[in-house]
Amino acid sequence: MLSRIAWKNIWRNKLRSGIIITSISLGLFGGVFAIAFMNGMANQMINDLINLELANIQLHNPQFLLNDETIYTIENPEKKIERIKKIEQVKSVSSRTVRMGMASSSSTGKGVRINGINPEIEKQTTELSDKIIEGSFLEDERKNQIVVGEKLVKELKLKLNSKVILTLQTIDNNITYAAFRITGIFKTQNTMFDESNVFVRDKELKEIVHLRENRTNEIVVALSDNDFTKQVKSKLINEFEKEIHNEKLIVRTWDEINPSVKMIQQMSLQFSFIFVIIILVALSFGITNTMLMVVMERVRELGMLMAVGMNKIKLAGMIFFETLYLSLTGAFAGMIISVGAISIAAKTGIDLSPIAEGFNAYGYSSIIYPEIDTAFYFYVMFFVVITAFLASVYPARKALKFNPAEAVRTEA
Amino acid sequence: MSIIKVENLVKIYNSGAVPVTAVDGINVEFEKGEFTSIVGPSGCGKTTFLNMLGGLDEPSKGRIVIDSIDISKLKSKQLIDFRLHNIGFVFQAFNLIPVLTVKENIEFIMQLQGISAEEREKRVDVLLEQVGLLDRKNDRPNKLSGGQQQRVAVARALAAKPKFILADEPTANLDSKSTENLLDIMLKLNKTEETTFIFATHDNRVMKKARRLLVLEDGKIIKDEK
Ligand SMILES: Nc1ncnc2c1ncn2[C@@H]1O[C@H](COP(=O)(O)OP(=O)(O)OP(=O)(O)O)[C@@H](O)[C@H]1O
Ligand SMILES: [Mg+2]
Repeated sequence: MLSRIAWKNIWRNKLRSGIIITSISLGLFGGVFAIAFMNGMANQMINDLINLELANIQLHNPQFLLNDETIYTIENPEKKIERIKKIEQVKSVSSRTVRMGMASSSSTGKGVRINGINPEIEKQTTELSDKIIEGSFLEDERKNQIVVGEKLVKELKLKLNSKVILTLQTIDNNITYAAFRITGIFKTQNTMFDESNVFVRDKELKEIVHLRENRTNEIVVALSDNDFTKQVKSKLINEFEKEIHNEKLIVRTWDEINPSVKMIQQMSLQFSFIFVIIILVALSFGITNTMLMVVMERVRELGMLMAVGMNKIKLAGMIFFETLYLSLTGAFAGMIISVGAISIAAKTGIDLSPIAEGFNAYGYSSIIYPEIDTAFYFYVMFFVVITAFLASVYPARKALKFNPAEAVRTEA
Repeated sequence: MSIIKVENLVKIYNSGAVPVTAVDGINVEFEKGEFTSIVGPSGCGKTTFLNMLGGLDEPSKGRIVIDSIDISKLKSKQLIDFRLHNIGFVFQAFNLIPVLTVKENIEFIMQLQGISAEEREKRVDVLLEQVGLLDRKNDRPNKLSGGQQQRVAVARALAAKPKFILADEPTANLDSKSTENLLDIMLKLNKTEETTFIFATHDNRVMKKARRLLVLEDGKIIKDEK
């Protein structure tokens, strides 16, 4: 009964309730949408990192990680790859030879990570080949082809089919040069990646640096779903227990390789909660104010209720329910608008290219697809209930202080 | 046997610049089934006296014993509960919850008392029959005339099965026909159900119908005629 009265009471002053409901719904919509936006941005960064650069899990010689020295290799990669492929959730496995070096044109040079890959297998492991904007991804049989990022091409003032000179050391520490022809240009959302990575055939790179055939620096494991990452990692640790124990191998997940991206995601999640709380605190003042007006307006009625025997708990409960319903109505409206707007924006994307230059340098995409966990809506609702409770405390206390004798005397 | 015993009741308001003695040493008893009208000039202390009788206001001195319970000794929580189960109220206005229907308004008080839905349902019909508003059961109060609203208030007060009903100027906002109608209903209830009514009024017509008249002046009873 109390909650029914409370619900009906909301609609006594439709304009006033409408205003506060509208401000709650718009405030929450703004907050939730901004959070979905940030979340979409962070997720995209993670997806790009996994799909274009790292895949889900990588294996290295632990020494290699310390100083990027190509000489620290994984032995017999083929056999290991066969063992890895037996794990159910593994989609594809590739291996890379990695050498740091310098890419130069006639005008300038730039330090790069030279990745020796097997293009057919690499295509199944990462989606970098989809990001080719000119040329192809080491497709035909011509010798000494190189695929470079658009950013690097511009910096070196080169174009498709230009020659680029790689300067690098062999593993026996002799400086060597090799001429490559640019046959493919890629562009990802991460310009830092684009300017510092080049891709050549694994066999050719091995020849240049004098690395033996059955060695590699990096085994890259792509999974059918990123959710399996932890699980597969522990399977790999079991599988290669001996090698890991002898410090010949280390298994790392994408977020261990690049913790900053994961951190950005977690930070944006924490920030989301702070953001929602700030919005709710701001709204709670409006809600409190509305409820105070309600209480002051109903002095006689509340006095009458106390006089006829409604106790303080019930009276406070009635005011709390009214505050709660007011807030939840606004919150529901806000959530419905949010769900609608986010699902539309998730399909169409929000194009930030006019202002996206700076974004790309940090690996953020210029088209953002906002997304949000359904659970988040429930968190918001939970916070709204708490807010309503806190916002009702002061008006309820005010009402409880009424002396029924005074209240019923108050003139119309 | 008296159901209310008032002993040496005093109320002094200290809120203003000078203390106001609104009730100044009242001694009186009320019997079950009485129909008492408290009259007197404006400011003589009628409302103050009724509020203390109803446990809405604390006496400065003296005591009020209702059915051998000294209500001035009750804590505020107990007092609310005591009011709920023992005293019916009819105020001059604003008796009803505007968002509830006539039926729900009457049910409300029984719900506070914890009476079952089934019994509430039955009682609402009986009470509305008694005040002649059965056909308005599902209307909101704002659809009713002032007199009809006061009749609902009487039904609401009766719903709690109180020991007595206090009414502070229940007819002040009513025209003469509605006043007469309301009084007839109250008198009928007084006769048939032995409901005890104590009400304050300015209204001559109301006074005439009362079975007992208490005249107040400056917070004192100057006349008590039965
Ligand atoms: N809260 C208060 N503080 C101070 N004085 C008060 C207060 N309430 C009432 N009084 C004073 O007490 C006296 C008695 O008032 P009360 O309302 O009981 O009179 P009443 O007989 O009901 O008058 P009326 O016929 O106008 O309703 C008046 O002088 C009034 O001004
Ligand atoms: Mg009065």
